[in-house]
Amino acid sequence: MNVDIDKIAQLARIHLTLEEKPGLEKDLEAILGYISKLDRLDTEKITPTSHVLNLENVCRKDTPGLSDAAEKAIEHAPCAEGRFFKVPKIVQRD
Amino acid sequence: MDLTKLTLKEAVEFSKENGVQPILDAFQKRAGLLNSRINAFLRCDSLLEKMSIPGTSALLAGVPISIKDNICIEGREVTCASKIMTKHVPPYDATVIEKLKSAGATIFHQCNMDEFALGSSCETSAFGACRNPWDFNCVPGGSSGGSAAAVAADMTVAAIGSDSGGSIRQPAALCGVVGVKPTYGRVSRYGLIAFGSSFDQIGPITKTVEDAAILMNVISGHDPKDSTSAPDDVPDFTQSLKRQVKGLRIGLPTEYFIEGIDPEVEKAVRQAGEIYKRLGAEIKIISLPHTEYSVAVYYIVAVAEASSNLGRFDGVEYGLRVPSKDLREMYFETRNQGFGQEAKRRILLGTFVLSAGYYDAFYLKGQKVRTLIRQDFEKAFKEVDVILSPTSPTPAFKIGERTEDPIAMYLSDIFTIPANLAGIPAMSVPCGFTAGGLPIGLQLMARPFDEATLFRAAYTFEQETGVYKKKPKLD
Repeated sequence: MNVDIDKIAQLARIHLTLEEKPGLEKDLEAILGYISKLDRLDTEKITPTSHVLNLENVCRKDTPGLSDAAEKAIEHAPCAEGRFFKVPKIVQRD
Repeated sequence: MDLTKLTLKEAVEFSKENGVQPILDAFQKRAGLLNSRINAFLRCDSLLEKMSIPGTSALLAGVPISIKDNICIEGREVTCASKIMTKHVPPYDATVIEKLKSAGATIFHQCNMDEFALGSSCETSAFGACRNPWDFNCVPGGSSGGSAAAVAADMTVAAIGSDSGGSIRQPAALCGVVGVKPTYGRVSRYGLIAFGSSFDQIGPITKTVEDAAILMNVISGHDPKDSTSAPDDVPDFTQSLKRQVKGLRIGLPTEYFIEGIDPEVEKAVRQAGEIYKRLGAEIKIISLPHTEYSVAVYYIVAVAEASSNLGRFDGVEYGLRVPSKDLREMYFETRNQGFGQEAKRRILLGTFVLSAGYYDAFYLKGQKVRTLIRQDFEKAFKEVDVILSPTSPTPAFKIGERTEDPIAMYLSDIFTIPANLAGIPAMSVPCGFTAGGLPIGLQLMARPFDEATLFRAAYTFEQETGVYKKKPKLD
């Protein structure tokens, strides 16, 4: 199976270096080739398993409590100002 | 007396009588001596001063327990053995850490692992491979390789790992120690940095079956902070430590004794079957017909979950940020420089199988075959109480041997992945050695939430054979 490594890398938001692209592309094709053995199985009428426990609508009590996790998270952020994470400009002006 | 040779049970008794300091000093000294060669602990030279030593009246009496470095400990850097987590300090304790602390454990060093638990050899760590204490040229297995190596080398009393496709059991087998993957939902995942959320499960790696039962008692139980945590009652697992397998129905699945399995591994596991038979268990040949599809299913579904879970590492809120002119560039470059090759490989694969046009053919197909694999086990457990197999098809392999061939590496987990797909409990117990002196592990699997039977079967075998008493020569 052919994969378009550039397209997948775009979707995954990863720059790949020119040197690593051919290797990763080859690996992905080999793995997808291996995975294609599943085609031998007829699964038309089988229900998919997304989760092994049959839990439904799990809720806990919405009880307020004290937490300083937000302050601590900001302390170790790569870049922060006040109570905010700071990022480079999103919209560039021409 | 060399205090580092003590089991968890013995260390607790010693500590209650003599205080825990001599134990901590002994382990710290040994860890300091051995870590440069084994690389089981990350940031080993930092922090004894950071450890808060609990009192000795509690259950675990202050004895040291080491933690795989993908579990959050408040105020201590956590890395997942990845550069992208650089200098991340969690603001809270994982539930297992809270439980260990309240049981009086000293949280003793964080263990090396494959980057984000993506690997079977501990070679994908961004901080260098961990080595097998039985042979430094071999891998310790993975992804919880550091946890298993540290326990095998007596650098800690016991360790906590995580297992999504065999990451506790396979390194336990390759290092000659005990490793338990509990039933999915038995142990809270709150504070475990996620890889495959429908597979991940935290469990103990220990010197003996008894030690594993003690730790399972501490870490198990429902947690409101984890919505996938099971509400089921937790029995006292130490009550299962009985030498009693008479009448126990043990299944040997034909699909687990296939071409490509190392003959010494096969022999040791078949001998274990004979021992169980001699002790009164009933051995049945069973079939788990979809076993050969497990690895393929896993490398669709788990990898899809991984690509989604690792999406949060983008340089915004924690860890590494590569300064860039705009936000988009920052995401792309941070993820390029932050992730290693195996993490990239799986993120790309996961992204592909979830992408438009391929979802049905791969992801949905994978989830359907997952159902078939679960059904195999449901049928099998109507006939037997426990399933016995090798943990890994081979003993520890050489460092570098499989890094160029991802599929060969993925097949290291062919016998451990099915339990994660089905969510059932499984454990690895030492069952012998190769002629070259490398440990071999057997795997026991049981019905969901029936860890008690696993412990009884494992304890009986361990006490009968005493394989666990042999230690690697490191001094």
